[in-house]
Amino acid sequence: MIRHRSAVWAWVAAMAVACPACATEITGAGATFPAPVYAKWGEAYRRQTGISLNYQAIGSGGGIKQIKANTVDFGATDRPLKPAELAAAGLYQFPTVVGGVAPIVNLPDVRSGQIRLSGPLLGDIFLGKVRRWDAPQIAALNPGVALPRLPITVVHRSDGSGTTFLFTSYLALKNREWALRVGASDAVSWPAGIGGKGSDGVAAFVKQTPGSIGYVEFAYARQNGAGTILLQNKAGHFVAPGAATFGAAAKAANWLRSPGNHVLLLDESHPDAWPITGATFILVHRRPSDAARSGQVLRFFDWTYDSGDSLAAGLDYVPLPRIVKTLLVRQWGALIKADGKPVYVGR
Amino acid sequence: MPAPSLSPATRGAPPGHALGEIAFRFACAAAVTLLLAAIAGLIFSLILGGFPAFRAFGFGFLTSTEWNPVTDVYGAAGPIVGTLITAFVALLIALPLALGVAIFLVEFCPARLSRALAIAVELLAGIPSIVYGMWGLFFLAPWFAAHVELPMMSGANIFTASLILALMVLPYMAAVFRELFLTVPLHMREAAYALGCTPFEVVRAVVIPSVRRGMIGVIMLGLGRALGETMAVTFIIGNAHGLPHSLFDSGSTIASTIANEFAEATSDMHSAALIALGFLLFVMSFAVLAIARLLLRGARQ
Repeated sequence: MIRHRSAVWAWVAAMAVACPACATEITGAGATFPAPVYAKWGEAYRRQTGISLNYQAIGSGGGIKQIKANTVDFGATDRPLKPAELAAAGLYQFPTVVGGVAPIVNLPDVRSGQIRLSGPLLGDIFLGKVRRWDAPQIAALNPGVALPRLPITVVHRSDGSGTTFLFTSYLALKNREWALRVGASDAVSWPAGIGGKGSDGVAAFVKQTPGSIGYVEFAYARQNGAGTILLQNKAGHFVAPGAATFGAAAKAANWLRSPGNHVLLLDESHPDAWPITGATFILVHRRPSDAARSGQVLRFFDWTYDSGDSLAAGLDYVPLPRIVKTLLVRQWGALIKADGKPVYVGR
Repeated sequence: MPAPSLSPATRGAPPGHALGEIAFRFACAAAVTLLLAAIAGLIFSLILGGFPAFRAFGFGFLTSTEWNPVTDVYGAAGPIVGTLITAFVALLIALPLALGVAIFLVEFCPARLSRALAIAVELLAGIPSIVYGMWGLFFLAPWFAAHVELPMMSGANIFTASLILALMVLPYMAAVFRELFLTVPLHMREAAYALGCTPFEVVRAVVIPSVRRGMIGVIMLGLGRALGETMAVTFIIGNAHGLPHSLFDSGSTIASTIANEFAEATSDMHSAALIALGFLLFVMSFAVLAIARLLLRGARQ
């Protein structure tokens, strides 16, 4: 009993010594896509250090607003901010993990991963120009596949979403008419189809509508057993969505020549790259008002770079290449300063 | 209005008591003031927040059907029309059913069963709307897609949204109708029966005329609820901006558009347009209540 009590006192004393200046909680808000892995990382980090992460998955737009208003320690977004926007708000952004967006289909008598599509064709389908699964454009890419005689029902997200941003950015890149008529954003004016709220809304409509095609974040497609497709990448290969093809895109990207870390992993040239891949980002102030808290945030993400990969992979996220992580941590020391001193210099 | 000194609160009360009464009256007045201030603040912030959209698009905000977050051009005609259509179709479906339920419970049902049914109806009225939405998304929409609207191939449209809405306002309306019908004095009904009226004639000539004013109020409150309902509709309406071409086309409502887009509205104009939509919904709800008041006044004379 006495031993127990002294252990408790020792713990209290240790906390009092270790943490008078530092926060015991890191607060963040933003993107929903990485929320599961941030939760997992936060839990593991709390067990190791006693510092807990309070992350609110309110959407990328909300995350950007909150970090600009300085109500959280960090914001999180699936849509990287342009360098000019970062500079205007005095923000710095860095990627954490990589994921992919997968088109999902409901085609009776066609196996998952059997249908092949190309970027321009995907654009024409979502434009409502290719209206049937047995259309000649689809048949040309799928010799030997018995295509169903069904009309195509397009299903898209009705709420603004980083997933939509990535998907429409890809369509705009590959399909000229899409770029001119619709464009790329978190929410667009959809030329065709019905809108489901959230990934589950899209998945539900696809599941219950034969002949439909939608898009969701890949982890979601996998957990729900939705039918996916093969998509033609820049090298001309038809690839399936998955950790290997997302990783290939991440490897091929030109991370370090991108000002403000504005990196989209779309249509990368690696022969195995999945064409609709993207990273998710953290936003922090370049000149934080509270250096200690800012240092805590960077320390946490440094820890995730170091020890978080297996937790991320278990949830179908792809870790960043090691060299990228090393260089990012070095960047923090050079760019994020309070009173002229870096708030975090690595371990 | 009688003078305050004549009001029952202070009349003839001992002095110590009077102080308490004054405090009581003051507290009640403060509650009202707080409520009014909250409403005024709400209106003010909606106007202020939506002002950039009203200034940029002018009257066209009400008539244009283009809602494009990419080019930052917003017109609210689609959501406005969608809101009105879904609410009125829902009311059209729910009204006769609610009347039927209430009349059955009051006129025909054995008393014990009636009490149990009334509790069940009130229970339905209390279910959160997201539950209706999920039921609509996972059950009603696929059922419709499979059995009713084969050529459409999808159950996500204005009609299914109206059905869900009807289902949501139905228990509420039925419960209040029942309460209303119960206020008709028993002796009036019995007198009518004694004169040889059939149940239909009693309902038509005695029950409904004596509560007509209340019924208008209930209908308007049901309409108000249907106008502002959010989550259930968002799940099932299909969320297409622009004017719907038919009842079986997907559309959007004001509330569903706000629910869908507010969290991710990053551009200032997008937020402003959504807040302006909120203001329009406020105005529409207010108009409904005002019309209800006018109709009530008309019915009184």
